[in-house]
Amino acid sequence: MHITEEKTQRHTLAVMVDNEPGILARIAGLFTARGYNIESLTVSDVTADQAVSRITIVTSASAHVMEQIMAQLDRLVPVHSVTDLTALGPHVERELALLKVSGHGEHRIEALRLADVFRARVVDTTINSFVFELTGGREKIDGFIALMRQVGLCEVARTGIVAIARGDKAI
Amino acid sequence: MTEKSGADILIEALGDLGVEVVFGYPGGAVLPIYDALFRHNAAGGRIKHILVRHEQAATHAAEGYARSTGKPGVVLVTSGPGATNAVTGITDALMDSIPMVVITGQVPTTLIGTDAFQEADTVGITRHCTKHNYLVKDPAKLGNTIHEAFHIATSGRPGPVVIDIPKDVQVATARYTKPGPIRHKTYRPQVKADQSAIEQAVDMLAAAERPILYTGGGIINAGPAASQLLCELARITGAPVTSTLMGLGAYPASGPQWLGMLGMHGTYEANLAMNKADLIVCLGARFDDRVTGRLDAFSPYSRKIHVDIDRSSINKNVRVDLPIVADVGHALEDMVRVFKARRHPKPDLAEWWRMIAGWRAVKSLDFAETGSEIMPQRAIRALWEATHKRSPIITTEVGQHQMWAAQHFGFEGPNKWLTSGGLGTMGYGLPAAIGAQLGNPKALVIDIAGEASIQMNIQELATAMQYRLPVKIFILNNEYMGMVRQWQELTYSSRYAESYSDTLPDFVKLAEAYGWKGIRIEGNDQLDDGIAAMLDHDGPVLVDCRVAKLTNCFPMIPSGAAHTDMLLASSEVSGEMDDEAKALV
Repeated sequence: MHITEEKTQRHTLAVMVDNEPGILARIAGLFTARGYNIESLTVSDVTADQAVSRITIVTSASAHVMEQIMAQLDRLVPVHSVTDLTALGPHVERELALLKVSGHGEHRIEALRLADVFRARVVDTTINSFVFELTGGREKIDGFIALMRQVGLCEVARTGIVAIARGDKAI
Repeated sequence: MTEKSGADILIEALGDLGVEVVFGYPGGAVLPIYDALFRHNAAGGRIKHILVRHEQAATHAAEGYARSTGKPGVVLVTSGPGATNAVTGITDALMDSIPMVVITGQVPTTLIGTDAFQEADTVGITRHCTKHNYLVKDPAKLGNTIHEAFHIATSGRPGPVVIDIPKDVQVATARYTKPGPIRHKTYRPQVKADQSAIEQAVDMLAAAERPILYTGGGIINAGPAASQLLCELARITGAPVTSTLMGLGAYPASGPQWLGMLGMHGTYEANLAMNKADLIVCLGARFDDRVTGRLDAFSPYSRKIHVDIDRSSINKNVRVDLPIVADVGHALEDMVRVFKARRHPKPDLAEWWRMIAGWRAVKSLDFAETGSEIMPQRAIRALWEATHKRSPIITTEVGQHQMWAAQHFGFEGPNKWLTSGGLGTMGYGLPAAIGAQLGNPKALVIDIAGEASIQMNIQELATAMQYRLPVKIFILNNEYMGMVRQWQELTYSSRYAESYSDTLPDFVKLAEAYGWKGIRIEGNDQLDDGIAAMLDHDGPVLVDCRVAKLTNCFPMIPSGAAHTDMLLASSEVSGEMDDEAKALV
């Protein structure tokens, strides 16, 4: 017997939730309990009174599972709204990465040159290291990290994806 | 206004919410609450506490109380093992959508996270087996939290809610005023159906040639009026009615349009009608795997309407043509009203009923009888004969006896059938019967049990005795975990791995040890007298009814098979299955 898997598509969700203890565990646990996958999850409060958090989730799912994910999230008591930004239309996705690169001589110069091409900023430096800050889509950051590996990359920190729909309408 | 302790706030709030019965077990982390309850009742309060013998039983008793009365069941247990023992019943209530509020004690806030004595991460453990849960760290928020918890447990799709209260919060003081009606900022279940969808549903029903009403536990949860409306919809449309395990009793078993239960152990006519229907109207059911059988062969010729209060139930297992998110009682009321307002004549379903008559003629629930040995199905029918005029409340454990009870005991109204459907929890029936008896003191309450399941919460014999609850236990004793053995016969060439109930107690003596009356029935000639003796005794009775040991429960749709592949008798069992079938539950 073999176990088969359905074809999936990548979706970015914006989930507005009450900013209460345990909410992140509730959301993340729902995904593991029902066998949905999470590629990226970010969370921060977004209202003046810090009462509501916005959770951005990137997941891969078939259309059928996607419908379930939306409904399952929506029925959690502290959830205000669930929006599938991918289904909604054009949207902007950004991620921030911090990269520590160490080295001397030619590697160090090449690292700076590449950073310039990617419009990464130097936010810290020592005589034999840089910390670069880079913002962009996932592919851009993946590409930058891959290049930096060859010139002395020793540590990476990434935020995960945040996303917002284009246009004048708010969710 | 004076301040009160958290424990006093809790008890006062329970009083304000009309709570009459609490099922619980004391312990270190709930002592302030028990003291508050003691003082409340000493001062004329009327919250009855039922001391169970194991916290799991408290949750099932609360379920039995809730399912038979329509009111939420309330549980009070201590921290650590008190809470973890309650987890099975909480999960059971979640799966079967039973309104329940569970109050758990917790170590003081200052000790949380230190691996303190009897500390467990109760909100963490119960996060995914509750509809919602709370850890209350401020006594000033306790009152509102309790009212909100009851609102969430009882509205929308009902379910269990846990409130974890650290001991210092029970002792600390705050003000409490009874809040007004709850308007939750995010939780707003959709109760009324979209009217255009209702109109569309009515048009589909009026035009269908082979419609079927497939009903579930949602109708029971929607209250007795929903069952009345179902009968009315059935009457004006002429459509046949089938039900899931959880929905039995919503349409009377004696009704002319009743096809019996559907699904894995459903009747031939119910499953064939589902298979050949051109319209399925699913009312408060959820297309569970026990109902659908093999999904790609499920009801291939039908359009499907699904009424459910939980949007996540829609399109979860089966894609439907017309989803209606609403309380099924409201949706039924709307459908009946629109059907009548449009002056739809009763559809001509004569041809459809002719087909159904052909399937009914198979008499799929018939069973062969030989000699003096009691067939389990016969025992259930005899029990029905002797008791149905008193409209008893029947609870069950889980296994063959549960399916035989569902097949052979006819239910005429809602809230009379209490069983663990979704989770399938052995040990449910006795505590559920205790809860049902407390909610319905005058009713005849019978736990139809198996000899294996009953031992999972046998300690509750003492609870029934303590509160003088005249519950009856009717054990179909075949000395096997019968459903396990049946699957081993179906799948593993009758290799009976650990399915024999060895070293059984003498159930009659066991009953007597707890102060119960014990009766043994060993042959057909003793069956009616034994049942009569059970009913005559004005107190709790345990009946050890010895039945044919190797009987299996038919009809049956094996796991992963289509509705058309029903096994009607053991002669059709091959004894082996391929790996795909073996991997299914």
